[in-house]
Amino acid sequence: MIQPVLTLDTYGLLCPVPIMKTAAAIKEISAGEVLEVLADDPQILEDMPAWCASNGHALLDTIEEDEEFRLYVRRVK
Amino acid sequence: MIYLDHSAAPPVDPRVIDEMVPCFREHAGSPSSLHRLGVEARGALDRARGRVAGLIGAGPDEIVFTASGTEADNLAVKGLAQARTNRGRHIVVSSIEHHAVLYAAKTMERQGFTVTQVPSGGDGVVQPDEVARAMRDDTILVSVMRANDETGTIQPVREISEIVHRHGAAMHTDAVAAVGRLPVNVDELNVDALSLSARSLNGPPGAGALYLKAGTRLRPQVEGGVQEEGRRGGHENIPAIVGFGRAAELAAEELPGRIDRLKRLDESLLRGLKGRLPDVVINGHPHKRLPGHLNLWIPEADGESLVLMLDARGVAVSVGSSCAAHASKPSHVLMALGRTAVEARCSLLVTAGPDTGESEAEEALDALVEVVGELRAIAGVTA
Repeated sequence: MIQPVLTLDTYGLLCPVPIMKTAAAIKEISAGEVLEVLADDPQILEDMPAWCASNGHALLDTIEEDEEFRLYVRRVK
Repeated sequence: MIYLDHSAAPPVDPRVIDEMVPCFREHAGSPSSLHRLGVEARGALDRARGRVAGLIGAGPDEIVFTASGTEADNLAVKGLAQARTNRGRHIVVSSIEHHAVLYAAKTMERQGFTVTQVPSGGDGVVQPDEVARAMRDDTILVSVMRANDETGTIQPVREISEIVHRHGAAMHTDAVAAVGRLPVNVDELNVDALSLSARSLNGPPGAGALYLKAGTRLRPQVEGGVQEEGRRGGHENIPAIVGFGRAAELAAEELPGRIDRLKRLDESLLRGLKGRLPDVVINGHPHKRLPGHLNLWIPEADGESLVLMLDARGVAVSVGSSCAAHASKPSHVLMALGRTAVEARCSLLVTAGPDTGESEAEEALDALVEVVGELRAIAGVTA
């Protein structure tokens, strides 16, 4: 069970805004902790893995439910 | 010219203009740019955001700048409703809302939402009980204005918010007419969204804002830009927003004095009317009213004729509704009060501003008494 310490709700916002807000929110948590990102723009399914890969963070899980997405990002460094 | 049409077009405070001028004269960067000019523009935008937020007791991140109060209303009604379809599709608005809310609600109806209009009482006040009766399990949004732009009647928004939140719906209030004339605080009102505009604060046209409580879901309506954190795309109107910020700051500082002055002006005008035109009635609630804002029903005196005759005497006022002025349509707000179409047409909107002097109000009153007498004489009516 993933335990996020912070939830970022980007509902209604289109990429790249959810990624910009993710980049800001990840700075609020410590290495090892998990950020939960809520989104409804399907573009996030491409953008979040790419952002995590280029910034060295780990995308732990992506859950789709009722046309909304919950993504779990662990801050690695 | 004695200007008593502040609700239609409030003059821009010279101190606001002073702060805007450098935004035009000096090259300003885009707040989204990374270079020094961009950072400066971002700073100006942030400062204005803080000042507007400060006026209504909000956090800076809770302010979404728009181009007008009308746009803020549209963003609230459409954006809040569309973000809540998983809970339902029923919207409640009062029948005396500004057209920005009423027409936005109409558009949502065409998109498959259901809208209930709650009427106002004959005193212009929307009763919380009526809103409670309109609430359904699938109600997702309620919009009731803080003060009506035509009658100036102040609405029980806090009481209505309580009912709305008990039903799990979102509460929006259009405070465009109220800010600058009433203390407006988002926590006290307990609303999720609130519209305001720079103009009603003696700021410039071209800037408005939607307060959106942190964590409130919204579907953006102007898409295609990362501005306002993606909630409202489009390059920011920096000079207007900077002016908005200054106007908000001045209003926050000077509001108590402005209210006192406007109330005194109202009292002397009403005293004069009572003695000289005793059949004149206030449209809307006689006391729960914005200061400096008088909507008068003047029986047997056509409002449009009065406006033109007063104009010839150097006094600028409006017919009952500034929006209806060119449509020659009786105001939906006055009709909601139970006025007939003919009665609604015999209404005059007299709105003073922060700088209106006592002697100006007296002169205007003299002119009004005169033209009403002339008009009734032409029509063969004896008062």
